[in-house]
Amino acid sequence: MTRWFPALAATVFALAIWQSVVGLTDLPRFILPGPVLVAETWWQNRWLIAEHTAVTALEVLIGLACGAVLGVATALQLASSRIARVLVQPMLVFTQALPVFALAPILTLWLGYGLWSKVAMAVLIIYFPITAAFFDGLMRTPVGYLDLARTMQASPRAVLWHIRVPAALPQLASGLRLAAVYAPIGAVIGEWVGASKGLGYLMLLANGRAKTDLMFAAMLTLGVLSVLLHLAMRRATRRMAGER
Amino acid sequence: MTPAPAITVTGSASIDGAPLFAPLTLSLKAARWTCLLGGSGVGKSTVLRLIAGLETGAEFHGTITASDGAPVMERVAYMSQDDLLLPWATVAQNMALGARLRGEQVDRARLDDLLRRVRLSDHAAKRPAELSGGQRQRVALARTLMEDKPVVLLDEPFSALDARTRADMQELAAELLAGRTVLLVTHDPAEAARLGHSIQVMTGGGLTPVAPPTARMPRAVDDTETLECQGALMRMLREGGR
Repeated sequence: MTRWFPALAATVFALAIWQSVVGLTDLPRFILPGPVLVAETWWQNRWLIAEHTAVTALEVLIGLACGAVLGVATALQLASSRIARVLVQPMLVFTQALPVFALAPILTLWLGYGLWSKVAMAVLIIYFPITAAFFDGLMRTPVGYLDLARTMQASPRAVLWHIRVPAALPQLASGLRLAAVYAPIGAVIGEWVGASKGLGYLMLLANGRAKTDLMFAAMLTLGVLSVLLHLAMRRATRRMAGER
Repeated sequence: MTPAPAITVTGSASIDGAPLFAPLTLSLKAARWTCLLGGSGVGKSTVLRLIAGLETGAEFHGTITASDGAPVMERVAYMSQDDLLLPWATVAQNMALGARLRGEQVDRARLDDLLRRVRLSDHAAKRPAELSGGQRQRVALARTLMEDKPVVLLDEPFSALDARTRADMQELAAELLAGRTVLLVTHDPAEAARLGHSIQVMTGGGLTPVAPPTARMPRAVDDTETLECQGALMRMLREGGR
């Protein structure tokens, strides 16, 4: 209760400011709809929004799973092979210098209008944070552990599985938590560029028809989805992060 | 365990061309405790790490040999000031780390016996964070003993403990490591005086052997001769300049 109270109070406060700005300025509803109107619109369109939310959520979850597997595999490969580090690391950094947004149209061209171009966007966005976080953890194993393992005649493989990976799990957990927030952004970018379903598509559609209230309703739903995903990921990675 | 060999280190070490220690010869007697006493930065830990085959950051010119001619590196167990317990593993798992890393079967009976000897039988399933500093260092000692190696290298293993726990640990280690060739690196004259079958003071000038007290080790903390030896060692450390 005490943990949620400040967040609740802040939300109510923000809504009150929003409503009073709308009330005082008398802006037309297609410029800035008030929270009450947005809530009404949300309720009237709840099934429509739910349907599109389900699509986006599915894209995000598949993207998270694929991105996590790819990121973990890359980090393990980089950590266990010097050659991989020398060859792949600069390339990995270079790909991060490219704007992922610019890739969205080409991904749609390659993978089509459906689910997979959005999954690919989500994967592209979260792959690097997960790889970087886990790899960083794998390379920062306390030196004392490695010394101890050496005097125990451990093979590099055994050291990786029994010491370096468990020691790096907290960093992997932070990478995954970050990814849970980024993944919906990736999926929505994909939907903006070309889609017939999903919250990104719905927002674009509502905007085009000056249904700003519906646009806000979809956007806030996306926000809530991201926050819930982040909280779920926090919970799921609590043991991994070494929290009680 | 194979019979404990004597170890001889002969040589000099430098870091980026600057000498760390001048040519020296350190002999560890078989099945005896040798205490290497010195201040920070004289290279005493480097000597220990060289024997263990660990990274030192220094260039070593010389040889490390065992009296039986067999290789040294794979016959050492190592214990440091930091207990190096894996925080995610239980006490028992930490003790069995060596076997797990080598993919060997864990000797359960031996593990239970050692747990009893370090008086931690009730703590086998606990994680390191639930233990006191002294208990953690006892787990580290038990893990060192699980390795059952004839040569044991101790790098200031008791220096982070409070005075009373340290004295207890010194006695426990002396009892449990009997029969092995032990190198104890320490900056504490009292510890060297209590535990050394032979004592070497390391300063910038090299090694100086000091006659140990005549009493059997571990010597009583208030043994007069041991206290005198401690005082003499302290004086040498201070006159050594570092």
